Amino acid sequence: MDKAPVSRGFRSRQAEQPTKDRLPPGQYVTMGFPVLSAGPTPQIKVESWNFALQFGGSLLGKWDWAEFEALPQTTITTDIHCVTKWSKLDTTWQGVTFDDLLKAVGLAKPRARYIIAHCDGGYTTNVPVADLVDGQGMVATRFEGLPILPAHGGPARLLVPHLYFWKSAKWVRRLRFMEMDEPGFWESLGYHIYGDPWKEQRYDGD
Amino acid sequence: MTVIETAAMPGRRLEWQLAEVRDIGVETPRVKSLLLHVATWQGHLPGQHVDIRLTAEDGYQAQRSYSIASPPEDELVTLTVERVDNGEVSPYLVGDLRAGDRFELRGPIGGYFVWTVATRGPLCLVAGGSGIVPLMAMLRHRARRNVRAPAMLLYSSRSLEDVIYREELDAMARRDADLRVVNTLTRKWPTRWKRYRGRIHKSLLAEACFPPEQNPKIFVCGPTRFVEDVSGLLVELGHDPLTIKTERFGP
Repeated sequence: MDKAPVSRGFRSRQAEQPTKDRLPPGQYVTMGFPVLSAGPTPQIKVESWNFALQFGGSLLGKWDWAEFEALPQTTITTDIHCVTKWSKLDTTWQGVTFDDLLKAVGLAKPRARYIIAHCDGGYTTNVPVADLVDGQGMVATRFEGLPILPAHGGPARLLVPHLYFWKSAKWVRRLRFMEMDEPGFWESLGYHIYGDPWKEQRYDGD
Repeated sequence: MTVIETAAMPGRRLEWQLAEVRDIGVETPRVKSLLLHVATWQGHLPGQHVDIRLTAEDGYQAQRSYSIASPPEDELVTLTVERVDNGEVSPYLVGDLRAGDRFELRGPIGGYFVWTVATRGPLCLVAGGSGIVPLMAMLRHRARRNVRAPAMLLYSSRSLEDVIYREELDAMARRDADLRVVNTLTRKWPTRWKRYRGRIHKSLLAEACFPPEQNPKIFVCGPTRFVEDVSGLLVELGHDPLTIKTERFGP
């Protein structure tokens, strides 16, 4: 497009926006917490929940709920950005960092460059390991100090807040190391393979 | 989860395109349909959506997503928009936009919440409020192709005047013995209202929808709470969660 047409009468809300270093391009701030999922919300009881770390088909570690809760806990406050344009500022999450998961299975360094997350309901998403290490990614089990509601991904969701929020997969049950990057669910359906909100990588080719 | 097909071209960027408003239709007191001419439109599948981007005089821009209401067979791309009180974009689209106005749009987006006549099995649609929009694209597509595969729509609205596409849906159902349209009104209804009243509940779903044994393709669209409730009830009724595709909107 050469130049965007101006919509006369469309009122600018520039003055109401957070500073540019806080809100990625094309996003707006919401006070709510919208829910976007491709199917019904799985109702998973923590008694039957477990979580696994895998390399290809081999198991590196597996935890039931109590064991997972006993892992070192980290709390972070961060902004989240959904590809459907909403952003939510200053959200607080608690869970187990990817670094601590590696430590828990005795890995000095990651086994491969990529992971794919597998979730209840069949959802998958791919994330480079470089975006999970050094405190960047966690498996979260609390939101604002309370258990995460099923509609928001409880009992546990992946949290990679510097990427669009579809990468923070709800109902995560398995992280599997992969040598090669493989598209997950939305990534196979026209969404961007990496999803950096600051580069506005919403869709394939962005 | 299986993917039917997708119109997305791998690796090719979805460019912003210019949309010109050809006509605006009043659907309900809060809802209008924008009929758009998009010269560079590459086609879409029923159920997909677009991103639109508005630019204010000072250069400020806002983006939002809207479902496409028109079938792929139509020349114009129709978006049906409900005015959200205190919203930033929808009050402008519903209240200020005029025929001849132009804005930016890109799409189509989304390859999962999609149905085409090539899809096998009965079609089961459940809509709450303006959640009807992407489902209407499916029904219009089905009607255009004269497909006789069984289909049903269970549509919950606040009141009769809030029923979007009411006349078109009634006419569609009259013409097509294989399509059943079931309306329920949740807040107020005419004294002679003979259809359903109140929110969608389990027995209404069981009665209106195809049973799990028929392996229907199910699409549920509406406000978050509505979709959570309906999709949960469908699972309780024995439908495989992987056959239920959902789209939620609103906080």
